[in-house]
Order: sequence, then C-alpha cells, then structure tokens
Amino acid sequence: MKKFLAILLLGTALVAPVAAYARDVTIQGQMSSYRGPEAYLAVYLAKPDGSYDSTLYVAGRKSRYYRDLSGWARLAARDATLSLDGITGASIGSGKSFSINLSLADALIDAGYTIHIDSAVEHQGSAADDVVLALDSGQSGSAQSGQGFIGSASVNM
Amino acid sequence: MLRCLHSIPGLLAALVVSFMAITGAVLSLQPLVERVFAPAGNEMSVATLVDRVLAHQPQTESVVRSASGAVTAYVANLGIGIDPVTGASLGPVEHSALFTFFTELHRSLFLGDGGRVVAGVAAVAMVILATSGIALLINRMGGWKQLFATARGTLSQRLHVELARLAVICLLLSAMTGVYLTLVTFGIVSDGGQGFGFPPYGSGEMPAPIASLSALQEVPISDLRSIILPMADDTQDVFTVTTSAGTGYVDQASGALLDFTPNAPMQTLYEAIYTLHTGQGYWWLGVLLGLASLAVPVLMITGTLIWLRRRTSMPRMPCDAGWRKADTVILVGSESNTTWSFAATLRTALAKNGHAVHVAPMNGLRASYPSASRVLVLAATYGNGTAPANANRFIERLARFQGTGIDYAVLGFGDRKFRHFCAYAETVEHAMAAHGLKPITGFEPIDRQSAQAFGQWGRRLGAAMGETLELLHQPTQPKTQSYKLIERHDYGIEVQAPTVLLRFAIPAAPSWTQALKSRLGLDGFFAGDLAGIMPPTDPIPRYYSIASRSADGILEICVRKLRGGVCSDYLFGLRPGDSVEAFVRPNPDFRPDTGCQPLILIGAGAGVAPLVGFVRANSRHRPVYLFSGGRDPSSDFLYREELKAQLDAGRLTRLFAVFSRVMGGRYVQHRLLDEAEQLRSLVRQGARFMVCGSAAMGDGVRASLDNVLAPLDLSVERLQSAGRYAEDVY
Repeated sequence: MKKFLAILLLGTALVAPVAAYARDVTIQGQMSSYRGPEAYLAVYLAKPDGSYDSTLYVAGRKSRYYRDLSGWARLAARDATLSLDGITGASIGSGKSFSINLSLADALIDAGYTIHIDSAVEHQGSAADDVVLALDSGQSGSAQSGQGFIGSASVNM
Repeated sequence: MLRCLHSIPGLLAALVVSFMAITGAVLSLQPLVERVFAPAGNEMSVATLVDRVLAHQPQTESVVRSASGAVTAYVANLGIGIDPVTGASLGPVEHSALFTFFTELHRSLFLGDGGRVVAGVAAVAMVILATSGIALLINRMGGWKQLFATARGTLSQRLHVELARLAVICLLLSAMTGVYLTLVTFGIVSDGGQGFGFPPYGSGEMPAPIASLSALQEVPISDLRSIILPMADDTQDVFTVTTSAGTGYVDQASGALLDFTPNAPMQTLYEAIYTLHTGQGYWWLGVLLGLASLAVPVLMITGTLIWLRRRTSMPRMPCDAGWRKADTVILVGSESNTTWSFAATLRTALAKNGHAVHVAPMNGLRASYPSASRVLVLAATYGNGTAPANANRFIERLARFQGTGIDYAVLGFGDRKFRHFCAYAETVEHAMAAHGLKPITGFEPIDRQSAQAFGQWGRRLGAAMGETLELLHQPTQPKTQSYKLIERHDYGIEVQAPTVLLRFAIPAAPSWTQALKSRLGLDGFFAGDLAGIMPPTDPIPRYYSIASRSADGILEICVRKLRGGVCSDYLFGLRPGDSVEAFVRPNPDFRPDTGCQPLILIGAGAGVAPLVGFVRANSRHRPVYLFSGGRDPSSDFLYREELKAQLDAGRLTRLFAVFSRVMGGRYVQHRLLDEAEQLRSLVRQGARFMVCGSAAMGDGVRASLDNVLAPLDLSVERLQSAGRYAEDVY
C-alpha cells in the first residue's frame, strides 16, 4: 500500500521533492460494534483553513456506494486531480480494527493539516467527519473517539 | 451418472445448502414484516416529502425509501423513521438485530470473503441438485407428462419427491439468483453500477424553498430510492436523487435537473435479480421462497436416508477389476437388491478361478469392454414382466453395444407363482441373441432364489468355460420374530375354498431401541404390508398381505389353502397358542393415498383382507366402495359382520358383495360392469382403484374396467400411470 501511495502521490500536492522529506504515517482505528454489514470509509486531508486538500484512502470496493459517503463525495467532486486507482481497499467490518499506512510530505506535519474520516454502512446511514485527527506530532498515537461507525482512531507518525 | 450427480453434491453440500436455506427462510420473513409495518402508500412528490421531513428534522442529510415503502431520514448516522404522509418523526429506526444478524450469516457466515465463497458454492450445488433432481424425476416417472403422477416408494422417497416437486421451481430461482449475486460480489459479473459518480456543481445562487424545486416535484415518492441533501453551508452543492430509473442531480436554486444517468441495462438486471432473490418489496414472493427453503432440510434428511438405504441394501463388491480390465462382466438387474447377493457369490467364485471380474447394474452397460470375453446377466423381473429400475435402459443401451468376441449368458430371477415369471430376463435373452452375441449356456430361470438351481447353472457355466465353478449361495435370511397365534376363523370348507383368518400377537420389542421405534411408529406396519412367514420345512419365506395395523396390536392375515402348498398347509395346521417365525416387509406401493377422492377397493377370496384393513383405517370417512367376491355367502363371506359394522359407522360407503356358487352367481369383474355408470361417475371425481386377489381375478378386473372406462377415453393403464390404480395380485 505504501508503494501504491508513493506512486500515486507523485504529482500531487503531497509529493515530497526527495524521499528524505517524506514521513511514514499510520492511521490506526477500531470500528464500533454497530451490527450490520461492513463499513465504507473515506480518509481525506484538509488544509489548515478546513478546506479539502486531497483523498488519502477509500475502504470499500464498489464505487457506486461512494456517494453514500456524502460529505467526502461532495468535496472530492471538486478535486480534478483525484484518481482512486491504488488507494482503495476492502470494506471494514463491525468491531474490526484497521490500519492505513501513508507516506506524507514532511511539510504537512505540524502545519495545521487534519485528517478526516467519513463512514457509511448499507441501510444504516453515513457519518461525515466520523473522526477528525490533527496531523500534530504532539498528538501522535492519542486516540480520538468516533462520532459514527468508528469507535476510535489515532494517527501515528 | 445422473444419480451420482444428484447424490454426491447432495451429500457433500447437504449441511451448507440446508444452512443457507434455513437462514434464507428466516430472511424471507423480512419483506412480510416490512409489509405489515409499512406506511400507507401515497402519491406525493419528492419535493413535498423532503419539505415535510425538514420541517420536523432540519438537520436531515439524506432520505431513503425502502422497497416496502418505509421512509427513513438520516441525521448523521442516526436513522429516523418518517411518516411519509405528514413527514412526522416516528422515532429512531432500530434495525432488526435478528434480520441484520441473519443477513450477514446468510451472505458470508461471518467469515468474510471465504464465507461468501461457501455461500456461492452452496448456491451452485443447489442448482446442480435441482436440475439433476428434475431429470431424475422425469426418468423415474417415465416422462414429462407423468411428472406429477403420485409418487411411490417408502415414506422417505415419497416425501422427497412430493416436497421436491412443490419446491423445486422456487429453489432453482433462489439458487440461480444466488449464484449471480455471488458472481457480482466477486466482480466476475458486472452489476452495471457506474463508477464513482461525482455530483456536478450547482449554480451557487440563493437556494429556493425545496417544495418549489421543479425537478423534485416531478418525481413521485414511489420511484424514490434515496435523496442526499446539499450541505447546509454550500450553495454550490446539489441534491443527489436516486430513483428506480437512475441517478440525477438537482440544483437547489433553480430546481433544474443538472444531470441524469439512467441505470445501465446490467444494473436494471442486477436490481431485478436482487429483488427475485430477496423478495424485497414483494412479501408474497418472500413467503413463497421461504416456504420452499424450509423444504431443503427435509429433502436433505430424506435424501440421505434414501442414499443410505440404497447403499446398505447393495452388497459391497470389493476388489472390482474395473470395466477396462475385466475379462468377465456381471450385470445385475434387481428391484429389491436380492439379486446382488447372487452376483456377489458368482463374482467370488469367478475371482477364485483367477478371473478379473467387474460387477455393474444392467443400466451401466458400456458401449464396449476392451478386455472382456463374456458378459453374464443376472436379471430379475419386476411386476408385470417389466424391467427393474436399474435395468430399464438396458435394451436401449444394448443397441449401441459393440460385443465382438464377447459371449453371454442370461440368468433370470423370479417367482413361478407370478404369470410373468422371468419375462424380463427372457426379453433380455432374446435381445442379446438378436444383437449377434454368442450364448455360453442356455437361458436359465431361477425360481424363488433357489440356491440349488443357481449351483447347477454355475456348474454348466463352468463346464462351458472349461473350468470348475462352484456357486455356494447362502441366501441372506431376514430377521424373524416369533408371532403367537391367538385366534383363527375358518371359512369356505363347504365350497372347496378353505380360507383361514389368522390373528397373531405382535411380539414384544426385544430391545429398547426397537421399543422406541415402534412407539414413534417407525417400526410399525399398515394394512397392505406383507407378512413374510417362514415355513419350518423351507428356507424361503412366503408373503401374505396384512389386514391389520401395528397400532391394532395384532397381525392379521387371511390364507387360502392351496393344493400342495407348503406354507398354506403349515398355516392351516396352526392352533391358537402355536407360534410362527415371521417378519414384516413394507409394501408402500399398495397403500391408500392421503387424498379425499373416492377409493374403490376390489378383491376376491383372501384378497379381501388388506382391503378390509383399509376400510378399518378410514377414520376420515373418505368415500370407500368395496367390491368383494366369494363363492357362497353362507360359507365364505369373509368379514361379513365387520363390514356391516363399518357400513353403519360410515367408514365404508357401499359394499358390493358377489358370490359365484349361488343362483345367478357372478364374479367381481361382472359386478363391475353392472355398476359401470356409478364407477364412471366416481372416476370423474378422481377415484383411485386398489385391487387385491389372484392373478386371474386381476386380469378379469382390468378387462372389465377397460370396458367401463372406454366411454371416458380412459384405460386401466392410463389410470395406473397416473398413480390411480394399484394392484397386489399373485
């Protein structure tokens, strides 16, 4: 996945000019026990002013359900550079933990950027900004509780 | 081959298929439950609906309408039930824990993709089972037209066939749609869903009141699947509306439809198949599919019982040489599998002489045997000179048989008391000769499993083959029990037709398992079943129709004394207190069906006994007409008092008793002609015939009834193939 992302991120705002400026970042989370089918998640980066920057990861393979992640879908619609190739993975079941590895440019860390995770479950609605995590090395590893289908999540860098 | 295709996946997949069927049956209730709780339908537009929802739930992000018509508004991930007429909140939507649980169990067994594969494999197995089952049934019933004829055989067999016939179409539908859904899940078949559809930009102008948006006014809520509302603070955001026809985007200011993507044909197909599989929105379809699914566990159990019975009744043939290597091929045609034990003896003796032997059912005849120099056919005859079930395609297969260099011998098995003794084996003998094969020895009929005759045939066969062949056949003896005679009544002495009615006590069950079985009715017998009596001087049992039920506590048979009859002499000599060695053999093909159409019973002499048993059991007061024949009412009117009582009690509708040795005497077959008009009217009502007595009487009855039925454009044969004519003649 890391490799995929590295390839994908070439040419986007996230790209570090040289590898030395990139940082391995892991998002770890735990789904709540909500009873029901597996959840779709969208993980995206927001600028310090809160506006959408780029999409990092989408869990769930059937793209026709992506519009249920309505908060993210609305923002991603404006993203002309977005390509979902290589940044999608399996949907995540109730009560399961997940871990997403990313390679982010150094410049994004401790610069006011936030990672947003939206979630949606078939026939059970969706949660925009289920979890919002600050890209702040001081908060590395501290878990935030989710508002929707995510029990808790943390970012480790 | 067909049977293997049916039984092997059946046994392997039985548990998973049943599991899928049971979970599916639970889920099938969902459309029904939703239907019960669904709100009243109405004709409002989506614009009105969203307007009313927002009046009560201003934070609503999306509104979803299910197939049953239930409307849910989502505020974040909280679902709120909405009364579509008023827009009022009905409180949070609690997803049924039961259905959610069973949905996941049914889809994936909570095992992720592995479980989805298992579910898919079960669906494929179900398709194979259903199609091979239909093909088997057509074979068994003798063609498409007989597909719905009355099923015969043991309780398991009948239950299996009856339930399968009722359920197979629904099961096939569930299974095939299930296979499709699995293929879609794994992306092997496209569900036609377009890629990620980005909502377009709206005009960004001042949003207008929702109720005024024209594109939303045009969509009736009956077409609505879901609508995602624009973000409150984003004027460029749009309404995303999904209807049964496709997905469109509506500007929040102008109400214009900005873009509309109709469903692709594959998506329409997907939705149709999804509906067919789940019955969602069609509660009656759900119920139908659910009921059919409930048949699956029963089919599994009865199927396993049938398979086990077939396996245990067939002797094992270890060390089979295989058809390619065998120099001697033994083909067996047997209905009750007794002939297989003779084949086993023959095989052992040949193998001892150094032959490579292959044993197969007659229907297993191959187009050629590369190493064989002889084919030995052991053919029993079934019923009226017809082929046993495992030999019914032999003649047809023989036409394609390349038998160069292969000699043959046919051994027939039968019982001389039947008119068509070894008739089928003779047919086979002629067919093999006509096919240009050379006989090793002449045709040999074996009467009533005679080990001596079998041994003699073996010696002749061995001599022709230039070796010594000793066939020492030990017939497997059925397990007998001691039945004590408690009562006997003699009839017909004066008219030279001595007949005795014997009532035996049923022996106490020797073990607790048997006691349990008889308690559960598993071990019991019914009128029409056969009592096998072992005369002390002969190892071969004689069979008599039973007139009682095990529930009556007695075993009752009626025996006509035959000149020179070993067993009838023995039975006539019995006095109350004496015991006989006997066992019971079910005769499921000679049992009244469970319908309520009229039953016409025809019998003469001792043959009346099982028919009287049927009358006794007629507690539901089904119309029953009994034609009974004897010689003289003063001497051999069997069951006279009892039949009178049954007429009074309403268990017997009418009795036609005829006697041959009185003034103007007649036989039952003549009496049938007298009652032709009434019989025709009963046949029009769906009457079923059951005939019991001597073979001569049986023939007479058939001839008379053919005359009676001719004006209806019917015949006994047609009634028989429709399962409406059963006979037990000897």
